[in-house]
Amino acid sequence: MSHGPSASGGALVAAPPHGTHHDEPHMPVFVGDTRVELDRILSRYPTKQAALLPALWMLQDARGWVSEGGIEEVAAALDITPAYVKGVVSFYTMYHQHPVGRHFIQVCTTTPCNVCGAEDVVKSLLEHTGCGDLGLTSSDGRFTVIEVECLGACGFATPIMINNDFVESVTPESVPRILSELK
Amino acid sequence: MGYPHPSHPRETPILSKYFGDPEARTLSGWRARGGYEALEKALNTDPQELQTVVKDSGLRGRGGAGFPTGMKWSFMKPDGKTHYLCCNADESEPGTFKDREIMRWTPHGLVEGVALAAHTIYAQTAYIYIRGEFTEPYARVCAAVEEAYAAGILGPNAMGSGKHVDVHVHRGAGAYICGEETALMNSLEGRRGNPRIKPPFPAVAGLFGKPTTINNVETLATVPYIIKNGAEWYKQFGRPDNPKSIGTKLFSVCGNISRPGNYEVALGFPFKDFLYDLCGGPLEGREIKAVIPGGSSVPILTREEAEGAVMDYEGMVAAGTMLGSGGVIVFDDRQDMVRQIARLTRFYAHESCAQCTQCREGTAWITRIMERIRDGQGTAEDLDTLVAISDGMSGKTICVLSDSCATPVMSGLKKFRHEFEAKIAANKSVVTVPGAFRASAA
Repeated sequence: MSHGPSASGGALVAAPPHGTHHDEPHMPVFVGDTRVELDRILSRYPTKQAALLPALWMLQDARGWVSEGGIEEVAAALDITPAYVKGVVSFYTMYHQHPVGRHFIQVCTTTPCNVCGAEDVVKSLLEHTGCGDLGLTSSDGRFTVIEVECLGACGFATPIMINNDFVESVTPESVPRILSELK
Repeated sequence: MGYPHPSHPRETPILSKYFGDPEARTLSGWRARGGYEALEKALNTDPQELQTVVKDSGLRGRGGAGFPTGMKWSFMKPDGKTHYLCCNADESEPGTFKDREIMRWTPHGLVEGVALAAHTIYAQTAYIYIRGEFTEPYARVCAAVEEAYAAGILGPNAMGSGKHVDVHVHRGAGAYICGEETALMNSLEGRRGNPRIKPPFPAVAGLFGKPTTINNVETLATVPYIIKNGAEWYKQFGRPDNPKSIGTKLFSVCGNISRPGNYEVALGFPFKDFLYDLCGGPLEGREIKAVIPGGSSVPILTREEAEGAVMDYEGMVAAGTMLGSGGVIVFDDRQDMVRQIARLTRFYAHESCAQCTQCREGTAWITRIMERIRDGQGTAEDLDTLVAISDGMSGKTICVLSDSCATPVMSGLKKFRHEFEAKIAANKSVVTVPGAFRASAA
């Protein structure tokens, strides 16, 4: 299931975790401090293309997701084609190809977490965020919940990741408290 | 220590000694614990000599394959070419979470190991490739690298030795396959993480086409201790009767077990003691049913097989499985093995890079059949089909992801066939009418 807005249209389209999700009009990403940072990153590699993943992270941090316009900016900054950039973006799961909720929640349901009850954590999250289903964004734009493959914290089942923060040992019962602590 | 639990007296904490100790994360704290002494010694020692020490220590790669580290390093000659070192911190194998704790608690230990290894293989530049989901480990390692540069430990005159050592941190973006070494190199070069055909091997043509060595986090974090204390010191850890498995290893334990966490023991440790004594055994009132001992891609063991196994490379092979990455997944008697194996195959289907047909189609096909059996819709023929697909996937692709998907299915069918058969026998939805398919097709 894709984690984009609901098929029912604009009502469920949410604000991203950072910045604005409107692609146009916007300020260019790679200006000022961000350009300085990109140049610093470029100096670490013998090719410009090697900075593609870092540049996409910078784009996503600034805009909340990776849009068509953003892809063109990254391509221009690194002297590669937008089609090439898009091919790379679609390979990796962590670049959002659609706007997502302000709190983007990833739940690990791979086997080690699954044996510890991860599926019930998913149900609890869907119920308490009002997202309805995996990949959809709640009508208030606060939450998007997705299942994710192995978060690499198997001993702390069930881990969830809220934007950039890990919450470990989540149970269906602890979900309401965790959500209530989010702004 | 068995982080997050207190240290157990039977552990041998070398790498894990400072897990849970926030001071060890800082440069001053790390130096107070003897950090960077090994790097200083190494930077003033000939790389050939360092390669020999590591070779003599018997250290084998801790990422999963167990290739001798010293031998891997010895492929890198002083030929005047640009060389690269890559640290594989793309820990994504289900059941494995040891590198995460190394980076969270002892980031300077990793930076030291990376810088030391770079010097040893005649590389000026090293990259630490950290999986995208590891936000905290990424921040810790970045902070350690910055501190090390500011203190002159890294850079053009590392620790005043006149040697140039650069260490850069690179963040992945969510793809299990990038833990495969050639996929990791592609990803680092700004490409899709598709594995490359070998040969050429990375030691000949690796990152940016240059000779490259790739080592796991745990391997690199171990090296400073060997350089500091010597090969003979390291050899004391392990079974006296098995000189092929030397040293300590971090084992991650998860699933239905009383004390999940990371435990560091000398190789050769009895698996039964490990499960019941260190990890506290199954949850109250339960029994262990099965164990995957080395990360999700190695064959499953029954409880009896696991209890008789020895935790080293050869011991695990003797038990019919592999040591792998040391990620131990425990299943208790409540678990439906068909359901859990189906969940594992879904993981591999999701993570296939789709480059090889056998993997792209096979992982998806196996998953559909496994889920069908799980949901009570399976037929007796499905079991033969699973075997046939698995045969068509194993050893026929560029990397081993395809094999990794087939392994739990094959070992699951071997060890828990009765569970598959019971689900199929309970399937009331299929009424077999001879010739029915042909009749409807006509």
